[in-house]
Amino acid sequence: MSTETMSIFSPQLAAKFDALVLKYPVKRSALVPMLLYAQDEIGYVSDAVIAEIADRLSITPLDVRNVATYYSMLRFKPVGKYNVQVCTNISCMLRGAYDLFDHLQGTLGIGHKGVTADGVFSLEEVECIGACCWAPAIQVNYDFHDELTNDKVDAVLATYRAKAKGATTNA
Amino acid sequence: MPRLVSHPDEVKIISRRFGMGATDIDRFIELGGYESVKKALAQGPEWIINEMKASGLRGRGGAGFPTGLKWSFVPKQSAKPKYVLVNGDESEPGTCKDHLIFLHDPHAIIEGTIIAGLAIGAKTGFIYLRGEYRYLIQIVEKAVADAYARGFLGTNIFGSETEFQVIVQSGAGAYEVGEESALMESLEGKRGVPRIKPPFPAVVGLYGGPTVINNAETIAAVPHILAMGGAAYAAVGSERNGGTRLFGISGHVERPGIYELPMGYNLKKMIYEVAGGIRGGRKLKAVVPGGSSTPVLLPEEIENLGMDFDQVGKAGSMLGSGGVVVIDDQTCIVEFALRTISFYAHESCGWCIPCREGTDWLKKSLTRFHAGFGTIQDIDNIQYLAENMMGRTFCPLGDAAAMPTIGFVKKFRKEFEDHINGKSCPYAKHVEVALV
Repeated sequence: MSTETMSIFSPQLAAKFDALVLKYPVKRSALVPMLLYAQDEIGYVSDAVIAEIADRLSITPLDVRNVATYYSMLRFKPVGKYNVQVCTNISCMLRGAYDLFDHLQGTLGIGHKGVTADGVFSLEEVECIGACCWAPAIQVNYDFHDELTNDKVDAVLATYRAKAKGATTNA
Repeated sequence: MPRLVSHPDEVKIISRRFGMGATDIDRFIELGGYESVKKALAQGPEWIINEMKASGLRGRGGAGFPTGLKWSFVPKQSAKPKYVLVNGDESEPGTCKDHLIFLHDPHAIIEGTIIAGLAIGAKTGFIYLRGEYRYLIQIVEKAVADAYARGFLGTNIFGSETEFQVIVQSGAGAYEVGEESALMESLEGKRGVPRIKPPFPAVVGLYGGPTVINNAETIAAVPHILAMGGAAYAAVGSERNGGTRLFGISGHVERPGIYELPMGYNLKKMIYEVAGGIRGGRKLKAVVPGGSSTPVLLPEEIENLGMDFDQVGKAGSMLGSGGVVVIDDQTCIVEFALRTISFYAHESCGWCIPCREGTDWLKKSLTRFHAGFGTIQDIDNIQYLAENMMGRTFCPLGDAAAMPTIGFVKKFRKEFEDHINGKSCPYAKHVEVALV
């Protein structure tokens, strides 16, 4: 049971946050990971996320917002169920990342920071994801896919499409 | 899943457990793991630091500062708790070596962290990984939990009177946080901007306590150094550059990947023999030797170049993170420079004006240039602007943006001029960086 009686998070995440703040010598240290975990569950850093995290850490919502806006992985509006991040930095660029990005824009019918009409995919050009030696690489949510070609990336998208369909059917 | 590569010239010290299932604690122990920390507990801090000094290990994050010396700067007595901080934020383009350590050998990081803690008298260690590496964070968290379950971490580690706790921390996407004082700010739950130095972290660091901060590769080397002895480790490398290095070779080579080679290994051999040469039989145009911030080298400059901090420094560049980016003769250097500087413009934390404004101006100038609207005056302006960013910021990000830019303009001036004369890129490709 979480210490927050009116948590917007799932009981599991609320319990995780309760434990997280106790780990550190100063509880504010939990702020950055908390924002990321909250985003994973809610989909983005909403006003409600900011309010509850501020409350949990005994700091102001402005304090939370001030930190949240600094980190590029945190976002303030929803993205697709599968957020496709294409690294175009130097190592990936040299091995065809821009062709891959163009291909993905064409396949998904959206541009940088766009979301498909069905909400399944969003697309983003991002800075180095630390997969330089296995370039070109993309990250879909937290999954890495490397040494890609246009054909390979089509197969990758198909697996996520199937997953999204499966999830809809099960629901 | 990142592919593992190998080459007969490799000397596998840090990477010797890669691909051997060492994420499992029993397997790690079977492969000799956690023996060095027991030795360290028995021998004490002075012995550890002496072995580290003897090893000649220099920080693998990029600056190359001697690790043993760094540890010896931490005051023995302190009113505030001391901390060990492992920097796994790894965000420099061209660099992905720590990725493999966390993936294949997380316990080596934990063991190294405990030893660093014993050396300086810290009771807590933090392992900070970039947020994008979520799947690696989970591997490291599992390894930490297993180590606690065995009594290797906690109040009485390995049955001794010593306490040591490890906390795994996730970042959320910011290159700047790789800078040591910015990392501490981030860990304290703030925007990851650098602190003014001095005081240095060894005296006033995390939560105001004395802190040792080391790159993940540096920490991973520590147990191996104690196992083989500092002098034996030093003997592997070149003069004043002990041991091996995880070199990441990416770009236009046949076999990109992470290779563990002795410090001082010839760069030309690394490209043509270890990594299989230039892709598609093309010619080498340039090499970025140590991550995107290090100045570019020409083919004639790498003929007899040994890859260690001193030799690469003498050649006018830096060994940096050991991320070698190989560029073939079909690549537009202006485009490459634009993509490099776009990164720094995106990642500048904005605190220091020369960096915030300078990176943005450089990006704008290079964008215009690459589109064919540059002038001769622009070439000089780009160089002048970059030179005036150097040394004028609190952290090295400003330098990291300026140094490669100066290199590109100086060494490839003709290619810049071609963009003016042809009113466009001679290679016909066009990058428009969408990132905002």
